[in-house]
Amino acid sequence: MSHVPNINFFKATTGLKSWLFTLDHKRIGLMYLGFIWFSFFLGGIFALLLRLELLFPNGWFLTDRQYDQLFTLHGAVMVFLFIIPSIPASLGNFFLPIMIGAKDVAFPRLNLASFYIYVVGAVFGIGSMLIGAVDTGWTFYTPYSTSTDTAVITMTLAAFILGFSSILTGVNFLATVHNMRAKGMTWFKMPLFVWSLYATAVIQILATPVLGITLLLLILEKTINIGIFDPSLGGDPILFQHFFWFYSHPAVYIMILPAMGLMSEMISTFSRRSIFGYRFMAYSSIAIAIIAFLVWGHHLFVSGQSMYANMIFSFLTYLVAIPSGIKVFNWMATMYKGSLDLKTPFLYALAFIFLFTIGGVTGIFLAALAVDIHLTDTYFVVAHFHYVMVGGTVMAFIGGMHYWWPKMIGKMYNEYWARVACFLIFLGFNLVFFVQFIMGSKGMPRRYHTYLDQFQPLHAFSTYGSWVLGLGFLVMIIYLIHSIFYGEKAPANPWNGITLEWKTESPPVLENFDKVPEITHDPYDFAAVDGKKYE
Amino acid sequence: MILMILRQLMEKNMSSNEVLVGRSHEVAHQFDTAEQEFNTAKLGMWVFMAQEILFFGGLFVAYAVFRMMHPDMFREAAHHLSLKWGLLNTLFLLTSSFTMTLGERAIRQDKIKQGIMLLMTTVGLATAFMGVKAIEYAAKIHHGYLPAKWFFGEGMDNSLHLFFGIYFALTGLHGVHVIIGIGLILWLVYRTIRGEFGSHYFLPIEMVTLYWHLVDLVWTFLFPLLYLIR
Repeated sequence: MSHVPNINFFKATTGLKSWLFTLDHKRIGLMYLGFIWFSFFLGGIFALLLRLELLFPNGWFLTDRQYDQLFTLHGAVMVFLFIIPSIPASLGNFFLPIMIGAKDVAFPRLNLASFYIYVVGAVFGIGSMLIGAVDTGWTFYTPYSTSTDTAVITMTLAAFILGFSSILTGVNFLATVHNMRAKGMTWFKMPLFVWSLYATAVIQILATPVLGITLLLLILEKTINIGIFDPSLGGDPILFQHFFWFYSHPAVYIMILPAMGLMSEMISTFSRRSIFGYRFMAYSSIAIAIIAFLVWGHHLFVSGQSMYANMIFSFLTYLVAIPSGIKVFNWMATMYKGSLDLKTPFLYALAFIFLFTIGGVTGIFLAALAVDIHLTDTYFVVAHFHYVMVGGTVMAFIGGMHYWWPKMIGKMYNEYWARVACFLIFLGFNLVFFVQFIMGSKGMPRRYHTYLDQFQPLHAFSTYGSWVLGLGFLVMIIYLIHSIFYGEKAPANPWNGITLEWKTESPPVLENFDKVPEITHDPYDFAAVDGKKYE
Repeated sequence: MILMILRQLMEKNMSSNEVLVGRSHEVAHQFDTAEQEFNTAKLGMWVFMAQEILFFGGLFVAYAVFRMMHPDMFREAAHHLSLKWGLLNTLFLLTSSFTMTLGERAIRQDKIKQGIMLLMTTVGLATAFMGVKAIEYAAKIHHGYLPAKWFFGEGMDNSLHLFFGIYFALTGLHGVHVIIGIGLILWLVYRTIRGEFGSHYFLPIEMVTLYWHLVDLVWTFLFPLLYLIR
């Protein structure tokens, strides 16, 4: 093996080509990070426009069809381009190999390929907006999706392609975790972020192909009318819903599991305490991955599914609360008597606990059959999944990005402005979505841009909140970009973390470590590292 | 003709044994040992195949659902498929899996020429499979047994068009996998002729062999489900 010079990965090679053809997981991770945030801001602009339209009860500047297209694009961009790849593809790519003491992922070329597959998918997705944006909702339910004249084929093709990017990332991570761990890095010495990425990889590999075949069949249905989903030909549209949610429910856990892993990293580092119940945290990630496959039917409670199926799916849905609850309680227990350091990443972690708990508990409401019939397709559902996805995943993602920003970029961001942005985002998010629980429970249906006058104050409140939220993100993007050019140089270990990524320089050297680190302690054993006993 | 070209190519590349002996495989930088590299790639391939099974799984579920809704129609539909052609194709694919494995074994033992012949036989059998498929498709299209909307064939059951939607989707998707397999094996042959493989390194051959067995395995389910259950 050739000797690799000990220089940081930014400076190792230069020029555009060295990025476009790179096989370095760190560069691929950063490229993903850029594209993913671009997608987020695109989807965010759609969201701001939606909220603006909802300011007045009789519609404002959009036609019915334009509104349908806008909420579909918001959903499709946020789900397929942003939140599914978000944490695994960017932070996961960058840190998974480092955290297990490997030089790279198992298949670097496959890694680059999945990045380019993602880009091709994004081109299809964004292209479809120009040639006739989809108006089916991001779920592409048949038979409407087979009869509308908008660009369903291009958008489903985009989701199909993005799915393969996700599968290949999953294959890569799973093989990496199994076979690339450094000597001494046993399964139960792995950081919990690695465990959560492992559980995520399993779902990515086993669920995503079902979405692939479903969307392929939808495309065949639209082009050569094979009749499987089309009721006018004798097909079964409910089958589409089953297929779609067989992927798309597990996909929810593709979104949240990596976030939970990040939470464990941040909570233990900033509490300076060993994570409470490490093994339970690891097992609960796997438990969530398994139960994830058994709950898809709760999206079909009012679709004409059998009553007995409804009861079983309702029961199984309650089960998910157990491993999720274990995680939340263990984070709380980790903080108990810890020496808390209220740095920005930790503030986001606290926001996660608060918001995710609300999202999770309202999920229990929706899992209850009788309540769900009342709440189906209302703003209550919208608020619920935004609390889980934005309040959970996005908070953890931003937190994780701040946590590792010094490591990835080698620069410190401005702590003061970071806290301001965190406060604005937390406040704005709650302003937008908390009132939606109230509207939903009073019967405000989702996906309409005209509504009864009585909802106007609440809708307006929600819209004002969206401006606060938008402002928060704007502040964030400004100080982050500022930090790249003018930020203080980051030390190797700004938070005194003890997992492996803090044992290399900031930014890391080309093959991650000058020499493969020795694994001498458990991932969160602060007592051993500090040489004193923590109560 | 093709065999002649192959032989010439081989003689050009492998006129002496030292080409073979002199070559050694360099382990990719992220691995420590060749063994780790091999095991990792193999795990990745198996996991990828699990993904393939789930991919086909959707269609198999669709088959089961529609079979449950229209049991009589499916029984009738099987009679519209040719058992003779189906059986021949099963024979082709099963044999091709056999020759593929033999080919891999030969190359692992440095019997390069024999290996290439066996791989080419596999390609031949796979092409024959696609040929038979084309004959079958042509007959179906001629008699109007087309997917749902385009269906104008004769049949007792008025939901027969649904079967042919599933039939074309399943066999079509499988056919795409066969074509990809042919491409992959030809790529292996090319690399073998260049002298890249032998007892020192045969990882890609092992991977493609696994893939080819999977393609074969899917067919061993398709054949009874579509043709045999009458």
